Amino acid sequence: MPGLPVVFSAMAAVSPTLEARTVPRWVRSTLWFLLIVAVLVLVWEAYKFIWTQLEWTWPVRPINRSMPHTWDIVSAMFRPARRGGEDILLVILAEAALFTLREAVLGFVIGGVFGFLLAVVFVRSPLAERSLMPYVVASQTVPIIAVAPMVVLWAGRNDWPQWVAVAFIASYLTFFPVTINTLRGLQSPDPTATELMRSYAARPGQVLRKLQVPAALPYIFTALKISATASVIGSIIGELPAGFPDGLGRVLLNFASTFSTSPEKLFATVFMSAVAGIVFVAAVSLAERVVVRSRPEVFAGDMLTPDEGRAG
Amino acid sequence: MSAVEIRGVGKTFGRGAGVVEALQNINLSIETGEFVSLIGPSGCGKSTLLRLVGDLLAPSTGTLTVGGKTPHAAREDRDYGMVFQKATLLDWRTVRRNVELPLEIMGIDGEERQSRAAEMLALVGLSEFAGHYPWQLSGGMQQRVAIARALSFEPSLLLMDEPFGALDEMTREAMQDELLRIWERTKRTVIFVTHSIPEAVFLSQRVAVMSRRPGRISRVVDVGLPYPRDEDTREDQGFYDKITEVREALREHE
Ligand SMILES: Nc1ncnc2c1ncn2[C@@H]1O[C@H](COP(=O)(O)OP(=O)(O)OP(=O)(O)O)[C@@H](O)[C@H]1O
Ligand SMILES: [Mg+2]
Repeated sequence: MPGLPVVFSAMAAVSPTLEARTVPRWVRSTLWFLLIVAVLVLVWEAYKFIWTQLEWTWPVRPINRSMPHTWDIVSAMFRPARRGGEDILLVILAEAALFTLREAVLGFVIGGVFGFLLAVVFVRSPLAERSLMPYVVASQTVPIIAVAPMVVLWAGRNDWPQWVAVAFIASYLTFFPVTINTLRGLQSPDPTATELMRSYAARPGQVLRKLQVPAALPYIFTALKISATASVIGSIIGELPAGFPDGLGRVLLNFASTFSTSPEKLFATVFMSAVAGIVFVAAVSLAERVVVRSRPEVFAGDMLTPDEGRAG
Repeated sequence: MSAVEIRGVGKTFGRGAGVVEALQNINLSIETGEFVSLIGPSGCGKSTLLRLVGDLLAPSTGTLTVGGKTPHAAREDRDYGMVFQKATLLDWRTVRRNVELPLEIMGIDGEERQSRAAEMLALVGLSEFAGHYPWQLSGGMQQRVAIARALSFEPSLLLMDEPFGALDEMTREAMQDELLRIWERTKRTVIFVTHSIPEAVFLSQRVAVMSRRPGRISRVVDVGLPYPRDEDTREDQGFYDKITEVREALREHE
């Protein structure tokens, strides 16, 4: 997945302790990212070339109608999306991605807050956890594609903007990882730490604020990164039954129907969806670096690389 | 009035076939300002007894009072300072903020908190490390922070469960010296659990020797060596005699 290097470079950029060596870490991470993109392009083109030469057809025929050249995908982005249209594809895709990201961010926030509160209820009341957890798990096995039209309809009757309805659909996917991980994190403090709090006669709210929530933060951010990608997917799926033309969902549907004639447009849209997810995850990772400070991973900066170990 | 009164206390864990009688008929009274150690073989119920005093567990039989109050009331009054074998510092807080933690919980305002934390860190010789994080300290330094934290709110009773158990011999002796120095300055009542006979004898006025299964106090040895105790005490014949006395008391009841 090409997203990780971006995330890492974003993380390194705000971590001053890490770049001891001459090349800043974020430069190295960016170079790695570009290298991986180059390798992926190379593999794609090599596949096309070799399979064409040897006349292989399995698993995918290397014809341009199913596997367009990478440069065709790129150049398609800079041509008008429709005959006689004004905007180039890239602009249309960027606007669609921003629209979808807006839904995703709202869905992420709604799901994150709800998921966190649910975890707090569960950690405070084992009875609530035992009786409600099965429903929480079951909620995730209901296909979101079935939930989406209901939410859209319900929001329409209540005069809510449709993008808000889509955000709620996205939040349906995002609260679950947050609940599960936060619960784990709230339960993570050492029993002796809990006993210490008890010996100070701390109230439950104080134990939560001063011990459990800080201990849960790394767990919560792990969940938020999962939720960030899930909220983009949830928004795209949520847009389909809504049927409005603005988001990535509609664009994907349109270009899927013209795939046989111009496949590069669908690939470009897929690429843009991935970029939207990567940007979102990178933003969450950045927030993590700011909020969760002074964790042992900072040691990574002090550790010898294998090369240095041999030299010294 | 004695600081701690333990009367006929027993503690049984579990029920049915898995029942464990951890403590049976424990009687002990500890004077205000006294330093008492609990020593005994592993599993004899030292930690359990300490946790009963600290209201982290409820006794199955008998009664405990702490300064004339129930352990629960004493805990609500913040009478206990606890130190465990693990320092259990919060690794997202600096050393200073770790020491301030109980003060924050007790609603003491910022300025007062800072000055008390500074005072406590000076007491344990860690002023320079106030801004460090726990994982930047050695095990012995972390344990000193834990002691500073336990003393920060001036509890009347210090409960220490093998606080130096994870330290090497050199650090351990240095920590013992430091603890005695602090004790003589602050005159807190201390109940100190340990596995080490020399440690118990060096620190305490009295050593309660416990025997195993079900845990009982088999003997209370009066140490009677004068304070301040220092390196000379460690080489004193009286010190060795007391060590022998405690060792024999432990063996008698094996
Ligand atoms: N929460 C518990 N549930 C069940 N049994 C327990 C519990 N806590 C302690 N016990 C049992 O009580 C007995 C005494 O345990 P305790 O921890 O007090 O011993 P200890 O003297 O502190 O031992 P050590 O020196 O190894 O720390 C043991 O047999 C132990 O198995
Ligand atoms: Mg113990």
